[in-house]
Amino acid sequence: MGDTDERRKCNRTAFVTVGTTSFDTLVRAVDTREVKEVLSKKGYTHLLIQMGRGSYIPQKSTGEDGSLTVDYFTFSSSIADNLRSASLVISHAGSGSIFETLRLGKPLIVVVNEDLMDNHQSELAEELADRKHLFCARPQTLYQVIAAMSLESLIPYPPGDASPVAKLINRFLGFPDD
Amino acid sequence: MEIGKSCCFSNLTSNVSTLLITITITLVVIRFLYVMYWCGKPLRTSLQPISTLIVLGSGGHTAEMLNLLSVLQTDRFTPRFYIAAATDNMSLQKAQVFENSLVNEAGGKVVELAQFMQIYRSREVGQSYLTSVVTTLVAMAHALGLMMKIRPQVILCNGPGTCIPLCVIAFFFKVLGIRWSSIFYVESIARVRRLSLSGLLLYKLRMADQLFVQWPQLQSKYPRAHYVGRLM
Repeated sequence: MGDTDERRKCNRTAFVTVGTTSFDTLVRAVDTREVKEVLSKKGYTHLLIQMGRGSYIPQKSTGEDGSLTVDYFTFSSSIADNLRSASLVISHAGSGSIFETLRLGKPLIVVVNEDLMDNHQSELAEELADRKHLFCARPQTLYQVIAAMSLESLIPYPPGDASPVAKLINRFLGFPDD
Repeated sequence: MEIGKSCCFSNLTSNVSTLLITITITLVVIRFLYVMYWCGKPLRTSLQPISTLIVLGSGGHTAEMLNLLSVLQTDRFTPRFYIAAATDNMSLQKAQVFENSLVNEAGGKVVELAQFMQIYRSREVGQSYLTSVVTTLVAMAHALGLMMKIRPQVILCNGPGTCIPLCVIAFFFKVLGIRWSSIFYVESIARVRRLSLSGLLLYKLRMADQLFVQWPQLQSKYPRAHYVGRLM
């Protein structure tokens, strides 16, 4: 009882999201004992999986035996709250998820879905990983990436700015600069 | 004698038709070259508001487009027409929410109502390129109807295949003198090393007046594109 009270005090959730896609490979990889163990070792107490249109159903767990508390859901109208309360986000490579997470300043591991044809999503994930804004993994390498990751090495993503384009468009059309 | 006369007559008509065809083709080619030359040259407009067609798309496209719209002066780019693919329900809803927020911000001021339309999709994600030719033709016909109604002065698009029929038609409107639409294409932030198919088509065919890219690698690869940094 004392144990769970203490953990409730320092709730560190790893939140997995696949957006509106189906990404069973990732959900399966997260649902393995080794990934759950390494998450636990890294200090995470809860694992929440947003599984989208996937058909693989992960195992729930209450975490009473000292292991990770695991829960899942399919969709929600907005995962913003889940992202906000997460200590780590593991996401599919959709640009929406990526930038929503980076804007909230959360540590992010992006997992590219290799089953998708024309995988242009990997370009974005790799570029942002090169710039040290997030970690990049494949479902098979997720365990190693979590084990090896150092959150201090992450650089915050500088917010984007659409005003240079707006300026160019206005100028082109002959509107005066503001 | 009669045979001779009809021979002369048919020669004459065929000569006249050949002449007319040659003249027409020459005029069209000249007009085409004129349009290609002026495409991409800045306009000298009056300060009148400009009717704007905004092409939305599934995935991150709509979010990126609304992000861009949030920094454009909406009183300059009005009336606004939003087009999304028929199978995409979320995009028009999101645009509606955006437009409602503009009305709220305006307080009592009158805001011209935006219009929301759906278009047949040229190509579904993952569809074979062969069947895509047929579906694109159907989408073209539908797009033509919409474009004749809207005749926008500005088209904003950022990647979904739905923009291709609209941009092609806009180009022909330019050639035929129906309407001069300035086409602005902002390649998605998800495109780092290669342009999307839509972007590539518009770039190679020089159909966009201005094509913007968000990563420097694309600027080096496609020198006629404008690098504008990340929008998101």
